[in-house]
Amino acid sequence: MLSIIVAFMVILSVVYNIITKCEIFEISQAVMSAGNEAVSLVITLLGVMATWGGILQIAKDSGLTDKLAKLLTPLLRKVFTGLDKDSKALKAIAMNVTANIFGLGNAATPLGIEAMKRLEEEECPGNKASRNMIMLSVFNTSSIELIPTTVIALRIAHGSASPSEIIPCVIVVSIISLLVSVASVFAFDIKKK
Amino acid sequence: MSFSDAIIPVLVFGIFTYALFKKVNVFDSFVKGAKENIKVAFDLLPTLVLLMLAIGMLKASGALDGFTRLISPVMEAIGFPAECVPLAILKPVSGSGALTVLEEIFKDNTPDSFAGKVASVMAGSTETTFYTLAVYFAATKVKNTRYALVSALLGDLTAIILSCIAVRMIL
Repeated sequence: MLSIIVAFMVILSVVYNIITKCEIFEISQAVMSAGNEAVSLVITLLGVMATWGGILQIAKDSGLTDKLAKLLTPLLRKVFTGLDKDSKALKAIAMNVTANIFGLGNAATPLGIEAMKRLEEEECPGNKASRNMIMLSVFNTSSIELIPTTVIALRIAHGSASPSEIIPCVIVVSIISLLVSVASVFAFDIKKK
Repeated sequence: MSFSDAIIPVLVFGIFTYALFKKVNVFDSFVKGAKENIKVAFDLLPTLVLLMLAIGMLKASGALDGFTRLISPVMEAIGFPAECVPLAILKPVSGSGALTVLEEIFKDNTPDSFAGKVASVMAGSTETTFYTLAVYFAATKVKNTRYALVSALLGDLTAIILSCIAVRMIL
């Protein structure tokens, strides 16, 4: 799908430019500078990504993330219903959610995929997604990251006077939007029964 | 000192103190994590070049501004910054695309403008929904994802609307 969108954007640009401006100079400049701008964007982010990767690796190695996962498990058990007491799926879910909270993107995805597979084993939903699978996917489509590091890094690069002032807003908005998604899963599930 | 300025220092202080207490080799752990993320940043580059090409062209052609102008009367009426609409559209589909649009918004409006703040909150509180769903369900035999997409998009819509309200109320 993304492939079609990107192709459409490129074609639309050229067509729109010819129709409205009858000159193509600016487009050619955009084409030639795209790579450069992408490289400088990555360099902007490289430093902050390295820093947080390092800090969060310390959190992981010290067992802090495991500890948070344990603390979250009772809460998650209320949301992911019908799983066994020592469900391996729930353990993977707790790890996945914790990794997301800390913004450990690389670690979160494999854990999430493992949780999906375990849910499939434990619930045998066949070719239809189970309620818990849908619940896990909305936990991952909502951004529950505590510190939006890339956004803050970009704000710093563009000279913001207070780069981290958005954090409280981000946390509030993230939590409410997650709650809306979770509530809708509960609602759809009741409607089905 | 404000609460938001304190979050990062407190978190960093907490992590390092806990690590020292647990006798973790802070140096080795940090270097390992930093190395891993540097690789991630570089892996991001090819996608970012493509998205920068598409969005850069769209902007240079005037099509992006045309679109923003077209919708801005409606958006202004509801108090939503029109510049943030392309971000709201692109974010569920592509993380790199959203990053590129965010950069453009910061360039045109500064990060501390109303549009810049709303864009920051929006980018920080939404995910690449379509991509995430595809990756997660591809790992299973599930063909019918039922209401997964609807529930996920309801969350995104909430985040988009709320980011505007939250910036007005909190910031």
